[in-house]
Amino acid sequence: MELLNALALLSNYVLVPALAYGSQLALGALGVTLVFGILRFSNFAHGDTMAFGTMVTILFTWWFQSMGIHLGPLPTALLAMPFGIIFCAAYVLATDRLVYRFYRSKRSDPVIYLIASVGVMFVTNGIVRFIIGPDDQNFADGERFIIKAREFKNLTGLSEGVSVKLSQGITFFTMIIVVSLLFWFLNKTRSGKSMRAYSDNEDLALLSGINPDRVVAITWILAAALATIAGTLYGLDKSFKPFTYFQLLLPIFAAAIVGGLGNPLGAIAGGFVIAFSEIMITYAYKRVIAYLVPGDWVPDGLVQLLSTDYKFAVSFVILLLVLLVRPNGIFKGTGV
Amino acid sequence: MRNVVYFLIIGSLIALVGEFQSWNLALSIINLCIISAIMALGVNIQWGYAGLFNVGIMGFAALGGLAAMLISMPPVREAWSAGGLGVIAGIGSLILTVVLAVMSYRRMHGKRFRLFIVVLTSLVGYFVMRSFFDPASDVIEKVNPAASGYLGGLGLPILLAWPVGGVLAGAAAWLVGKITLGLRADYLAIATLGISEIIVAMLKNEDWMTRGVKNVVGLPRPVPYEINLQQSDWFIQLCTRLETDPVTFSSIFVKLCYAGLFGLVLLVILYLSEKALRSPWGRMMRAIRDNEISSEAMGKDVKARHLQVFVLGSVVVGIAGAMLTTLDGQLTPSSYQPLRFTFLIWVMVIVGGSGNNWGAILGGFVIWFFWIQSEPMGIWLMDTLTSQMDSDSALRTHLIDSAQHMRLMTMGLILLLTLRFSPRGLIPEKNAHH
Repeated sequence: MELLNALALLSNYVLVPALAYGSQLALGALGVTLVFGILRFSNFAHGDTMAFGTMVTILFTWWFQSMGIHLGPLPTALLAMPFGIIFCAAYVLATDRLVYRFYRSKRSDPVIYLIASVGVMFVTNGIVRFIIGPDDQNFADGERFIIKAREFKNLTGLSEGVSVKLSQGITFFTMIIVVSLLFWFLNKTRSGKSMRAYSDNEDLALLSGINPDRVVAITWILAAALATIAGTLYGLDKSFKPFTYFQLLLPIFAAAIVGGLGNPLGAIAGGFVIAFSEIMITYAYKRVIAYLVPGDWVPDGLVQLLSTDYKFAVSFVILLLVLLVRPNGIFKGTGV
Repeated sequence: MRNVVYFLIIGSLIALVGEFQSWNLALSIINLCIISAIMALGVNIQWGYAGLFNVGIMGFAALGGLAAMLISMPPVREAWSAGGLGVIAGIGSLILTVVLAVMSYRRMHGKRFRLFIVVLTSLVGYFVMRSFFDPASDVIEKVNPAASGYLGGLGLPILLAWPVGGVLAGAAAWLVGKITLGLRADYLAIATLGISEIIVAMLKNEDWMTRGVKNVVGLPRPVPYEINLQQSDWFIQLCTRLETDPVTFSSIFVKLCYAGLFGLVLLVILYLSEKALRSPWGRMMRAIRDNEISSEAMGKDVKARHLQVFVLGSVVVGIAGAMLTTLDGQLTPSSYQPLRFTFLIWVMVIVGGSGNNWGAILGGFVIWFFWIQSEPMGIWLMDTLTSQMDSDSALRTHLIDSAQHMRLMTMGLILLLTLRFSPRGLIPEKNAHH
């Protein structure tokens, strides 16, 4: 019984949140890794692209809510998300047309792309703050919980409850659907195969008649869709604030690098590695230990490895460890 | 010739501010321009000489700021007697852990086994360190929390903090560079982004050291205080001779003192950078930047040179960070924002001219001037554009409120336009072989 209570406690505070957070990071890292695989640079604007897509989704959500359109128990944002994706894709394609295409035609050094993406990040950040403001926005509606802690307790008779927020459930399932669709696209369709070919060997792909502009455009659309979905899910689960999305850049990059830049499977694994490490290392284990050991053995402190203020340090240390030991990531970053 | 004109233009713009707004404002703009120019010089050493992309400028500047506080504030004796021993033991165990980990990494064989031992040593060391730190920081933070609640500093002259800030920043740069240099350029960028976030998080949360978000105010100054000036005879005599008001002039006088000190540092760093750039070392750095493979074939140790230049640039940024905190007179950890401290400096370097020290300085002056002046300009612009609208219309108030976000957009646009249409900047690098 005590063991089950400890497990319930861990599930409630570690397993469930880490699954949701990991899904969000995985989707974000997939976008970064796709852009890296095809365009060969780390896109610093990705965090703000997420914020842009989420912002459009929020605006549509508010519009739908004001017209009285609801999805019942599900959040209205799911209905608004396709519009967010469309606008975000249009925006990202416009930045490609205006900024990156020029450097592609000149075959510039990757570091020039990096700086250009910093410029795009600045502009996007400014646009988002200009339109929706720098403050927190809450746009979640519908049911809040799938299982409430109290219901779980009544159901199982344990003294610790496990609650699953609806947003966490939606996040996890959306991630699975999106990832399956993405892998189906990359492995089965002609466009997806041409993307992988382009990523593997650009010159050979061009030689065999693959249209590079088309490949690049598809990549940007996919990246925008992934960014919008990841951003909206994160916003539903926590809340939307432009600066937080900028800060997500570090765990997302860490996830992509840990998994191997350019490798989609690696990005997903990396997302979960980062999320689980971050939450497990910053969780205070005192109450879990209290269930497992006799009363007078319980330590006085919180038994927290690292305060949550340092959660970025976790991504960073994992990143450095991977770079020291396996610079190409857990899965070799060989391209899409 | 054209370069002189650029400096004359920005000089007269600042003079216009002095004439039409106030000389006090103009001087504070100049002081911050000089600090920005020094940071830009530091980044230019990394990017312009060696092509290294550092996205963690904020962190290195923050370390400089920390140094300014740690050197200049008087020690809090009560806190030292309460928790000083614990903190020293904590720092000692931290150093011991690092030494043990590095030694076991060097001495042992077998990749997996070695890594296992290193991780184990670090974990054990971490817990030992925490067992000293946690109780010590608790008691320290309980010592008069409203006024101190931290250990204080060393009580030394704050000018000493400028080189110390450089050393701190250089040490952090060495650590990051040692691991990530030699890998892809992206990795260095992301690692620097990470370390700067961690440094700022540390400043915000380690209350026993920095008081965290409660800020440390009233750092001792290297220059006289206005109130003392207003009471000294020679100053009052000076004011009567110049026919000015002692109150206004005292604050101008203080700012002039700062400008003199900062200008001196700028000149010294500029002189050293120019010397370095023209020396065989500078030519080697540019050769490495332009073609790493052929430089390696010539027997140059590219990774070691990159590490060297990365540390040097960060030292300069650290010095500038310490100077900024000296000027502010307080350490405010929450003021370290990446957009302001990292990306704005990048705009300065790119716009000024990568690889040219004069360009970096010009960029620092121009961009800081427009960054400061664009806020009133933006509000004025929005106010004029929307003047036809109803004065309490929601759209109008939203637009005027949002004017400050316009400058992020403007800076991004300036960066993108420069990169596209004038990638060599206002003052291009000389003798570039492109």
